[in-house]
Amino acid sequence: MGEENKVTLHGMWLSPYVKRVELALKVKGIPFEYIEEDLSNKSPLLLKYNPIHKKVPVLVHNEEPVNESLVILEYIDETWKNGPRLLPEDPYERSKVRFWAAYIQQVMECMLKIFTAEDQEKACEEFYEKLDVLEDGMKKMFPWGSPKIEVGNIGLLDILILVAFGACKAQEEVFGVKFLDPQKAPLIHSWVNTLLELAVLKETVPPRDKVVSFLRAFKERSASAQAQ
Amino acid sequence: MAEELKLHRTWSSPFGLRIVWALHIKGIEYDAIFEDLSQKSPELLQYNPIHKKIPVLVHKGKPICESLVILEYIDETWKEAPLLPQDPYEKAMARFWAKFGEEKLLPSIWSVFTGQGEEKKEALGLAVQNLELLEEQLKEKFFGGEKIGYLDLVFGWLAYLLDVFEEVIDLKLFDAGKFPLLSAWMKNFYDAPEIKEHWPPRDKLVTKFQVLHEKYQTANPPK
Repeated sequence: MGEENKVTLHGMWLSPYVKRVELALKVKGIPFEYIEEDLSNKSPLLLKYNPIHKKVPVLVHNEEPVNESLVILEYIDETWKNGPRLLPEDPYERSKVRFWAAYIQQVMECMLKIFTAEDQEKACEEFYEKLDVLEDGMKKMFPWGSPKIEVGNIGLLDILILVAFGACKAQEEVFGVKFLDPQKAPLIHSWVNTLLELAVLKETVPPRDKVVSFLRAFKERSASAQAQ
Repeated sequence: MAEELKLHRTWSSPFGLRIVWALHIKGIEYDAIFEDLSQKSPELLQYNPIHKKIPVLVHKGKPICESLVILEYIDETWKEAPLLPQDPYEKAMARFWAKFGEEKLLPSIWSVFTGQGEEKKEALGLAVQNLELLEEQLKEKFFGGEKIGYLDLVFGWLAYLLDVFEEVIDLKLFDAGKFPLLSAWMKNFYDAPEIKEHWPPRDKLVTKFQVLHEKYQTANPPK
């Protein structure tokens, strides 16, 4: 990799937002250096590259930083035009992908709220409602039943769906909530499972026991924080 | 042709105005459908069943929702008078600042409008901080450079709503002395020919926001 095209990704191993960027870079075959950040002790580089939000992911391309995962993904798609396109060519199809990208974000945020919610039942209700809408929307988007997933054709929605739901089983183990029920969300459930089988994506998913330990520790910390 | 393009909007919404401005800048004809949000049209509910909001752009029967998504759609479909920069990095910067505007700046200013007591004071501090960040971004006449671009349309609501809010809540949010660049930008944007013919009537806006402000005061009386 020549210095004139150096790509660095500042991340945290479990952040779904970082995972999105990692997956996009892998899918496009873009070589990059990964820097794991300790979010309780952020590196000076991170603070320099993302002074406003001080968050990960940060993609640095030829020393220019790009922040915010969806902004980064579109930047990657527009800068590296060979390999699979993350977004379709047609403007109307692109608008649908962008609309659903924003909605998947809302669904994911609802799901993450369940981890710390005092009223877990209510948080689950809100999540399942949104998940229903997403399932329905995806059925309409892929009227032939499911997205056609090919190794050479992985797109933005594939990445977002995998990141949002890829750790559901680990989450279920810790929080006792069935996040992705194949009866209630058959299309999304099968979509995630198909994606998880693709090598290029599978290798980016963190090991289940590592995720489970992290989430258990997180759950304990939140419970004691709430108890105070 | 006008019958191929419809815009569902309201008389006052800044999100709808973004689309009005974009279509004007590009010289695109369309039919405007003014919605009454207390009685949404069946078409609106059909075209935006999930959020049930305006603006919705309907192009040859196909609906596009969410103002920022619509702006990108317009820019990609009608290539004259581009709104977003061509360079991917510049484009990424524009999208980043648009997100900042929607997720940080706008909510912080809205919190000042709806808040009371301590909450309002805190929100004011945050809003001023966010405005300072924006002030630093202005390098030329407009966020888009010499001409109005995507980011100007995204932030355009500041040029007409900030002072309406200030009048309604009787609080100076925006000290022009502290924000010389933003202040100049607001005047330039407000007076630009593609923009100014579309401003909603100010007195009507003041009344609308007075009513809204009262609702917030009574719903959440200060503790």
